[in-house]
Amino acid sequence: MYRYDIHDQTLVDERVAQFRDQMERYRAGRLGEEEFRPLRLQNGLYIQRHAPMLRIAIPYGMLAGNQLRALAEITRRYDRGYGHFTTRQNLQLNWPALEDVPDILADLAKVQMHAIQTSGNCIRNTTSDQFAGIANDEVEDPRPWCELIRQWSTLHPEFAYLPRKFKIAVSGAAQDRAAIQVHDIGLRLWRDADGELRIKVLAGGGLGRTPMIADVVREDLPWQHLLTYLEACVRVYNQFGRRDNKFKARIKILVKALGIEEFRRRVDEEWAHLKDGPQTLNQAAVDAAKGHFPEPERRPVAENANEAFDQLRAENRSFARFVTNNVSDHKVPGYKAVTLSLKRREHAPGDVTADQMEAVADLADRYSFGEVRVTHEQNLVLSDVPVDELEALWQELEALGMANPTVGTLNDIICCPGGDYCSLANAVSIPIAQALQERFEDLDFLYDLGPLDLNISGCMNACGHHHVGHIGILGVDKKGEEFYQISIGGNSTDDASLGKILGPSFFRSDVPDVVEKVLEVYVAQRHEDERFLDTYRRIGLKPFKERVYA
Amino acid sequence: MPNKASETTAETVEQTPVHVDHLIANGELAAENAWCVSYDAEALPEQRPAFVPLALWQANQNDEALSPLLTSDTELTPELAQQIGKAPAIAVDFPAFTDGRGYTLARLLRERYGYAGEVRAVGDVLVDQLDYMRRCGFSAMALRDDQDPEDALRALSFISVRYQPDVEERQALFERRLTTSESE
Repeated sequence: MYRYDIHDQTLVDERVAQFRDQMERYRAGRLGEEEFRPLRLQNGLYIQRHAPMLRIAIPYGMLAGNQLRALAEITRRYDRGYGHFTTRQNLQLNWPALEDVPDILADLAKVQMHAIQTSGNCIRNTTSDQFAGIANDEVEDPRPWCELIRQWSTLHPEFAYLPRKFKIAVSGAAQDRAAIQVHDIGLRLWRDADGELRIKVLAGGGLGRTPMIADVVREDLPWQHLLTYLEACVRVYNQFGRRDNKFKARIKILVKALGIEEFRRRVDEEWAHLKDGPQTLNQAAVDAAKGHFPEPERRPVAENANEAFDQLRAENRSFARFVTNNVSDHKVPGYKAVTLSLKRREHAPGDVTADQMEAVADLADRYSFGEVRVTHEQNLVLSDVPVDELEALWQELEALGMANPTVGTLNDIICCPGGDYCSLANAVSIPIAQALQERFEDLDFLYDLGPLDLNISGCMNACGHHHVGHIGILGVDKKGEEFYQISIGGNSTDDASLGKILGPSFFRSDVPDVVEKVLEVYVAQRHEDERFLDTYRRIGLKPFKERVYA
Repeated sequence: MPNKASETTAETVEQTPVHVDHLIANGELAAENAWCVSYDAEALPEQRPAFVPLALWQANQNDEALSPLLTSDTELTPELAQQIGKAPAIAVDFPAFTDGRGYTLARLLRERYGYAGEVRAVGDVLVDQLDYMRRCGFSAMALRDDQDPEDALRALSFISVRYQPDVEERQALFERRLTTSESE
């Protein structure tokens, strides 16, 4: 994975000193609340319901074992011994003390980490495919490109005061696992007939209170121009995005207001000046970035290891369940990627204790070249596990409570921290997730339902991505009381779509019953092997509505 | 210009002293800030030299002691850039420190239109914005009244690493890394 050189290290060290100075001026009353806000936000620091919240960047979800151990230590020393992995592949601390934050950032810098631009109206952490570099269907490893984007966007002098936050996602595979259609900018790496790498640039997607699927700005950008083209897009947004109303300030509103043709015209006009300028990439620069992501030195796995694996799978039902749901194919025969489930009833979705972080770091060292990935579904991945070690890993994960064989099922809920922690939330979300996990815990039933994304957000800012859940749940506030709006038919992958609201919202206690009724309609109406999403697309909203509001 | 101002003030001691804002110019606290910034769109101020709203400047181009003050929503067309390029200085207003359009305006003035005179940030200009402003091409920043000039000078020195090319550093770090590794 990417390792800092002297420049990267100097930058994060200097940034800590800068923020320490800002924090001192704030605490001494020389820096006002308003003036301090963008500075602390661009260092990951929110002022929250109970305590400040610190969001730590995990660039495109890649973590080394020693970084995970350092995070564990930080949560013990400065917080309550756990952290929360988010849908942007970051880690949040829910209980740090304000005055400790510069020290936390200094500890992060020691392991080549930071919290730069994890919040605020700037370019945020670039997200990507959790199976980058190992997926069967990959055309190009997105990580070197994400790293180039990370560097370009870090402390960019022109784009620290954008109209609103700005999120970029990159996919380099046939299947989009990075939800690029619901980002401010989505990039898809592909190869043309001559084998040349090209980039499809999408703009104006997003969730929040006005969810939109992105439009295509450019189908076939040559890779050399990635950064100058991004700069043109963000510059047009910086100049013309709305600043009078924060709810209309995202790039999606600008793209819709101008129309994609006019937006493209303005970007191209800007780009004409920037093209071939000093940020134009060359092969040597890209090769240098790629050099940080070498193939790990995988040992050969014996031919008969696959047979033994298949046999165990046939004999052991629990192992088979785990493999079916939590183990993914690898481009190298004899290797698999393993998803560690962070969805258990006793913890909020995405929460991990310090002890678990250390245990996962040890497992990563022993089974997967010391690296861990964070997924936007709030799970963890060990990307390079030899098949002849899968059984042993599975048993260790069982003991850790991370082998829950429900990845991709209804139980694998995406969920924001909600009203229990977040000051923006209208309603709690974690208790809803827990109630649903309790109601639908029968594995046979979950498997029978097949792939099903259930996403929960505690307010319309949509951190829980409810719009793109096959079933989406949104907490709303009506005269001080919590209600929940349920939508169905959303999807974040290639055939992305936004969910449609079933109808009037429900009491919190009714949510499990409503979801159960929705599932009953699906089970009754589905054709053989038809996904929930496809049944919905075939029969429409009406049968669901009739059953739920009968 | 601030460094010329001392000569003029020496001859006009009798005048009411002008309120001196803290001005950071070329990385230092300027000794004196002679320029007045007038937001009045109708009438010219008495004081000279002065930044005045664009339309007023356009109507009084024969007055060489005036320079244009650009609002943050100015659309900097080639025609406009050519016209204001004659002025000895250009001010860009920050109506709120959260309004980031001025950064783009400064870059366009410098990088696209090759403007070589002073580009000054005025308005809601805070200590912690100065480094980015400088990198985008502002050569002078007039601090908001309540800002501490010593904090400002310190704030300019925190970050030495630049990933991106900017008005001062013409090569992206990825380029500079390549040349260093070749020479090693």
